[in-house]
Amino acid sequence: MSNEELQQQIAAWEPAAEFAEEGSQFLNVIIEPPQLRALAEKLRHEEATFFDYMFCLTCVDYPEHFMMVYHLRSTRHGHEMVLKVRIADKQKPAVDTLCDIWRTAEWHEREVYDLFGIHFNNHPDLRRLLLDDDWKGYPLRKDYVDPVNMISY
Amino acid sequence: MELVKQQRDTASDLKTQEYFVNMGPQHPSTHGVLRLVLGLDGEIITKVEPHIGYIHRSIEKMCEHDNYRQIVHLTDRMDYLSAHINNEAVCLAVENALEIEVPERARVIRTIFAELTRLASHQLWWGVMGMDLGALTAFLYGFRDREMINDIFEETCGARLTMNYNVPGGVMFDLHPNFHKRVKEFIAHFKTKLPEYDDLLSNNVIFRQRTEGVGILSKEDAISYGVTGPTARASGVSCDVRKLHPYSAYDRVDFKEILMEEGDSFARYKARVLEMWESLSIVEQLIDNIPEGDFQAPTKAVIKLPKGEYYQRVETARGELGVYIVSDGGKSPYRLKFRSPGFSNLFVLEKLAVGSKIADLVAIMSTIDIVVPDIDR
Repeated sequence: MSNEELQQQIAAWEPAAEFAEEGSQFLNVIIEPPQLRALAEKLRHEEATFFDYMFCLTCVDYPEHFMMVYHLRSTRHGHEMVLKVRIADKQKPAVDTLCDIWRTAEWHEREVYDLFGIHFNNHPDLRRLLLDDDWKGYPLRKDYVDPVNMISY
Repeated sequence: MELVKQQRDTASDLKTQEYFVNMGPQHPSTHGVLRLVLGLDGEIITKVEPHIGYIHRSIEKMCEHDNYRQIVHLTDRMDYLSAHINNEAVCLAVENALEIEVPERARVIRTIFAELTRLASHQLWWGVMGMDLGALTAFLYGFRDREMINDIFEETCGARLTMNYNVPGGVMFDLHPNFHKRVKEFIAHFKTKLPEYDDLLSNNVIFRQRTEGVGILSKEDAISYGVTGPTARASGVSCDVRKLHPYSAYDRVDFKEILMEEGDSFARYKARVLEMWESLSIVEQLIDNIPEGDFQAPTKAVIKLPKGEYYQRVETARGELGVYIVSDGGKSPYRLKFRSPGFSNLFVLEKLAVGSKIADLVAIMSTIDIVVPDIDR
């Protein structure tokens, strides 16, 4: 599918989705957390899209919101897209897990939980992954202050 | 005889209990500081839980404060066996974002170096794989041949592992005058040695019994777990970035993407050995055709990427390395994510090892070819 066809298909499934293509080589689809599960299921399982391979999952901390970023590729059709979820709640950020749809998401989500503090609803094993269990704070957030590091930027 | 029968009859009444064994963080076959918590029912593995992060250096956070030239240097320290290819990923991301035309000479040099890096990495893996299964000779063979490549790197870059030869715009300096001769010598040497690899391990009865039919990964699982590189191609997943999204000089060389069907440990082993032949062929095709000209395009002293998002992927020796850059127009990225192949590949271990014998775990782990700094970042 070309990006235009993808956009039409996704707009039919999820009318509230926003689209952006500027400043990125992929089609960007931006949605809100409640819409994520339903759209992800469709993207993965419907024959027309069949995004079976999630090649990157991460998060970006913007001043007003967190943005979850999912890079998807279909090994059958060869098309690619970026699914983004805007999490407006900066105090208690939460979003549904996708690890039953794409297995690789389980550990990438644990990493995001560890470094950004995003809570993934229904995640089977949401613990810190890279840092110690008793680590305070979430280092990849922009407001994180490292008390040990003496080099200030 | 009577006793055996008696024992067998009472076996079902015996109280058994699942117990847990720590493998690592200091263990010779985890190749770094990786800890696996194994659940065991007798000899059978019931659970594999990797604990990572022992050498987490928060490279992604450091990148947010570094400029793009500095970031290139950090990437060697992830997968140190694919150092050159990691450097290339960041350089390509910057070049594509700024639309810098990289000189032909630099593209070909990069590709030759990348394939030599892949060969060196696979040689080390092959040697270590033998050692993990108790064949120490393989280790010495692998390191002997890898040494020649490291010497070639050292002559041109001054470093053997963390080369930092790539810079945005091309390569840092021109090739050493000996480079051509040395690479030719290496190709001739390794062509006679690679069949020995087959003699020593591939056709070894004990080796095959320990790897064939062990740790089978299906194609669907490989895709769902995000597995890439030779590990996925051994399960029949076509995922070679060099073929799917050609970069540098891969569009002008002729090579096969090695695909296997079986998906077992031996297929993963075989895929890498066959890949060595392909890499050798790529180097051979390019070494006599290095174009004359500049080795570096002019770039500004301070590199600033336009506001936007960039994703660049390359094929390292372990699979797909992705560099995701979010730029706000400044001299450092707003956010930089390394999608490292080792991270996704490691977690498929649970799928592969559960149900097999504990003695097979080391063999399965060797065929995934993990490098811990790449996982922890």
